[in-house]
Amino acid sequence: MAFTVSLYVAVFVFLAGLVYRISRWFTRKVGATGRDIPPWARFREALSEIGRVIASRKIFVLINAFVLEILFQRKILKESPLRWVMHLLIYYGFILLLLMHALGGLVSANLFTDYFSTANPFFFLRDFFGLVVTAGLAIAVYRRFILKVPRMHSNQRDVYGIVILAVIMLSGFFLTGLKITSHSVFNRMVQDFSIVSEGEEEYEALESLWVKEFGLVSPNVEPPFDEALIEIGREVHDMDCAFCHAPAQWSPGGFAVAKSISSFAGALDRAGVTGFMWWVHVLACLVGLAYVPFSKMSHIIFTPVGILVSAVTDRSSASAANTATIQALELDACMHCSTCSLRCSAATVYEARGNDYILPGEKMQILRDVADGRPIGEKEMAALAEGVYLCTNCDRCTVVCPAGIYLKDLWVDVRDELLHRPVPVAAVLSPYSLLRGLRGEGRTAYDYLPPIERAWTAAAGGFDAAIDSDEPLDLTLGEGRERPPEDAGSFAYCFGCRTCTTVCPVVAAYDDPGDVLGLLPHQIMCAMGLGLTEVASGARMIWDCVTCYQCQEHCPQKVCVTDVLYDLKNMAAERAGAVSSGGPPAEAA
Amino acid sequence: MKYALFLGCNIPARVVQYEKSARAVLGLLGVDLLDIKEFACCGYPVRNLDRTAFLLSAAHNMALAEQAGLDLLVLCKCGFGTFKEAQHQLFQEPEMKEKINGKLAAEGLRYSGEVKVKHMLSVLYHDVGLEKIKESVTKGFKALPIAVHYGCHALRPSAITQFDDPVAPVIFDQLVEATGADSVEWSARLDCCGAPLTGINDSLSRKLTARKLMSAREGGARFLCTSCPFCHVQFDTVQEHMESKNDGGRPIPAILYSQLLGLAMGLPGEGLGLAENQLDISEITSYLS
Repeated sequence: MAFTVSLYVAVFVFLAGLVYRISRWFTRKVGATGRDIPPWARFREALSEIGRVIASRKIFVLINAFVLEILFQRKILKESPLRWVMHLLIYYGFILLLLMHALGGLVSANLFTDYFSTANPFFFLRDFFGLVVTAGLAIAVYRRFILKVPRMHSNQRDVYGIVILAVIMLSGFFLTGLKITSHSVFNRMVQDFSIVSEGEEEYEALESLWVKEFGLVSPNVEPPFDEALIEIGREVHDMDCAFCHAPAQWSPGGFAVAKSISSFAGALDRAGVTGFMWWVHVLACLVGLAYVPFSKMSHIIFTPVGILVSAVTDRSSASAANTATIQALELDACMHCSTCSLRCSAATVYEARGNDYILPGEKMQILRDVADGRPIGEKEMAALAEGVYLCTNCDRCTVVCPAGIYLKDLWVDVRDELLHRPVPVAAVLSPYSLLRGLRGEGRTAYDYLPPIERAWTAAAGGFDAAIDSDEPLDLTLGEGRERPPEDAGSFAYCFGCRTCTTVCPVVAAYDDPGDVLGLLPHQIMCAMGLGLTEVASGARMIWDCVTCYQCQEHCPQKVCVTDVLYDLKNMAAERAGAVSSGGPPAEAA
Repeated sequence: MKYALFLGCNIPARVVQYEKSARAVLGLLGVDLLDIKEFACCGYPVRNLDRTAFLLSAAHNMALAEQAGLDLLVLCKCGFGTFKEAQHQLFQEPEMKEKINGKLAAEGLRYSGEVKVKHMLSVLYHDVGLEKIKESVTKGFKALPIAVHYGCHALRPSAITQFDDPVAPVIFDQLVEATGADSVEWSARLDCCGAPLTGINDSLSRKLTARKLMSAREGGARFLCTSCPFCHVQFDTVQEHMESKNDGGRPIPAILYSQLLGLAMGLPGEGLGLAENQLDISEITSYLS
C-alpha cells in the first residue's frame, strides 16, 4: 500500500515537473530574438513547425539523428573514447535495468512467460546491468575528481547525478546481498512456496543446502553438513525452489556482498535491515524519478529532444518565435558535459583572467538560472556580459556539442541582449567585435552603436574634463604624481619629432583629428613623459588605433608607440569595467 | 618539410576557403602539416584588454608546437604578428616568461622560445622557393592585374616580425608573379585594410578600406590578393556591405594567395573554395592560360 502510494506520488511529481519544464520552453526569454513574442504565440508556432516536420520527408533525418547521436552517441566518441564508454555503460545499463527489472512486471513478464526476477537469465542480468552502471559511475567519478579534465567544473547538479545513481545501484547490491543471507526471508519463502513445514527433516535439509551453497546465514544450522542431508535438501529444492531460483552465485555483486556481511548478517536480519534496505532502494528510485525534471537527470529526456530538434531545424530560416523557443529548450538540453569548455579557443584567456563565464559550459549553467528568474548580482552579470563577449566566434563549441546545441547563435543572441543593458562592456572595444561588425547594423536586435559608445565613454574616464579645463595642468611632483622611473617605458625616448603622427593613417582619416582623437600619437608620448598616463589613457586615439605599427616602424628613437597604446588600452579597459581576474578561477556553485 | 599548422579562429568559422586552398597547395608542394587539436586563440583580440592573457594565449600554442617538435606555420597575419610580438616580449622579460610557464605547467606544457613562427608566404618563398613554385604552375595567368596587399602585422614592426623589407617588400609580389599574374604599382599598397576596427569604429575602418580600393582601382588592378583572413573578410564581406551602400566605385574582389596559386597549379576552383568568397571571383579563371 505504502509502496503504491509512493509510486503514484513519484510518477505524478515527475509528470507534473516535466509539463512545467516544457512549458518554460515557451515562456523563458534567453536571447534577444523573439523576446517580445508571447508564450501562446510561441507555442502555436512550435506546433505548426512540428506539423510541417511530420508532413515533410524529414523523418529520415530524425531517424538518422536518433540512431547516430542518441543510440550510438557518435559525437561523444569522437571527442573522448573514455567518456563514450562511461556514458554508454551508464546509459544502457540503466535503461536495461529499468525495463527488465524495475518494470519487470510490465515489460519482462509480458515478453517472457517464464520471467522470475530470481531466475536466470534475469537474475544474472539484473546484477550484471547493475555492475555495468556502477562501472560507468566509477569512470565518471574518476574523470571528474581524479583525472580532473581541464575546465570541467562539477556543481551540485553534477554531484547529485552521480550520487543518486550510486545510491540506487549500491542499495540494490546490498539488498540482494541481504536477501541472500536473510533467514527471515528464507522462512517466509519456504512457508509460501514449499509443502515442507518447519520442524520436518526436509526443512532442515533445505536450509542446510541453502547455507552450504546459496549463501544463506542461519542461526539453526551450520557446517559441516551431512552429505545425505544435503541430498534430501537438494531434492526438495529441485521440486519447490529451483524453478524460480537460480543459484545465488549468479548474482556476483549481490553474492559478494552476502559473503562479506555473512559474519553479522544474522544480526542485520533480526534488526530488519533487509526491509529497511528495500525502502532505501525503492525510495531512491522514486525520489530519483520525481526529481528528474528538476535535476541533472532531466537530460535523459531533454537532451534527446534537443538533438532531434536540432537535426530538423534550419537555423537560418527559423522564425523568431521558434528560435526563442529552441534556445529555451537548449538550456535544458545542456547536461554540463563541459566538452565545449574543454575545446574553447578562449580557454587560455579564461586561465589568465579567471572569469568562469568565459567558458561556454559555465555560460549555459548561469543562462539557465537567469532565464528561470534567479536573481543575479550586478558583479556576476558584468562577469557574464564580458564572458559572453570574450569569444572568438570560432564555432568549435557548436561543432563538438553532443547535444547538438547551436551555441554559436545562442551567443550572438545573448550578446545582443546583454549589450542592451545600460552597463558598458569594455570588451566591445576589441577585435572580439569582428563578428558583430561583419553581420552589420541591420542584424543586431537593438541599436548597433550604443554599446560601443557606452564603452568609449567609460574608457575615456575624466579625459574630457581634464582636457577642456581652463585651468593649466598641474605638473607638480609629489601628491600622487611621480617622475616616471628611468625604465618606465620606451615613450621616454621621444624627442617630439611627430613622425608617428605624420605616418598615422587614422590621423590622416580625419579633417580635425585632434578634435576627435583627443590626443595625437606624439601628444600621448609627451603626456606620458609628463606623468599624465591616466589622462592619456582616456584619449579616443588609443581605441581608434588600427595597430598598423607604422608609428613604431618609423620612429627614429625606437619608441614602441603601438605597444604603448596597447598598455594604455589595458589600463582604460580596466577603468571601463573589464572584469579583472581575482586569483585562481572559482568553482561554479 | 613539416610544420604544425595554426589555423586560428577566423579561418575555420568564416574563411574556410583559406584552409581548403592552403592544404591543397602546400600538399602539392611537399609541405607536410600536423594538426594539433589543443590549439586555441593566438591572443590577438584580447591584447586590447589584458597583456597576460595575450601572452599566455600565444605561449600556449607555441608550447604545443615545441612539444610536437615542429615549427609553426601560420596562415593569418594577425596571428603571425601576435606570435612574433609575444616571442619578443617573453624573450625580453624573463620574469613574465616564468609567470606564463607557471600557468602552462598546469597543462603539462612549457614554452622555451625555441619554436620558429612562420607565415605561409615565408614558407613558400624561403623554404619551398620560387623555382619550385614556378615549376608547379601549369596553367599560369595571363594579363591579370593584381593589387598585392601585404597587410600590416607581418610587415611591421619589422625588427620583430623579420618578414620582409618594411618599406619595399618583395616576397608577396614575387610569389604572385610566379603564378603569371602582374603585380600592379599602387600607392596604398602597404597601408592598413581597416579590419582591426571592424565592429569598433566601422566608419573609420571603411574609410581606410575605401582608400585602399580607390588606390587599387587607380593602379588598374582587377583583383586584390590577400594572405590573411582578417584582410580577406575586410575586402570581401565588408566591401560587399560597402558596395550595397554605394560606398565606392567598381568592386575589386579579393582572392587569397593560396587560391590564386592553386588555380595556376591547375587545381579546380571547387577544391580551392572559390564559391565561398562573398564577392564573386569566378571570372578570374578566364585569365588562366
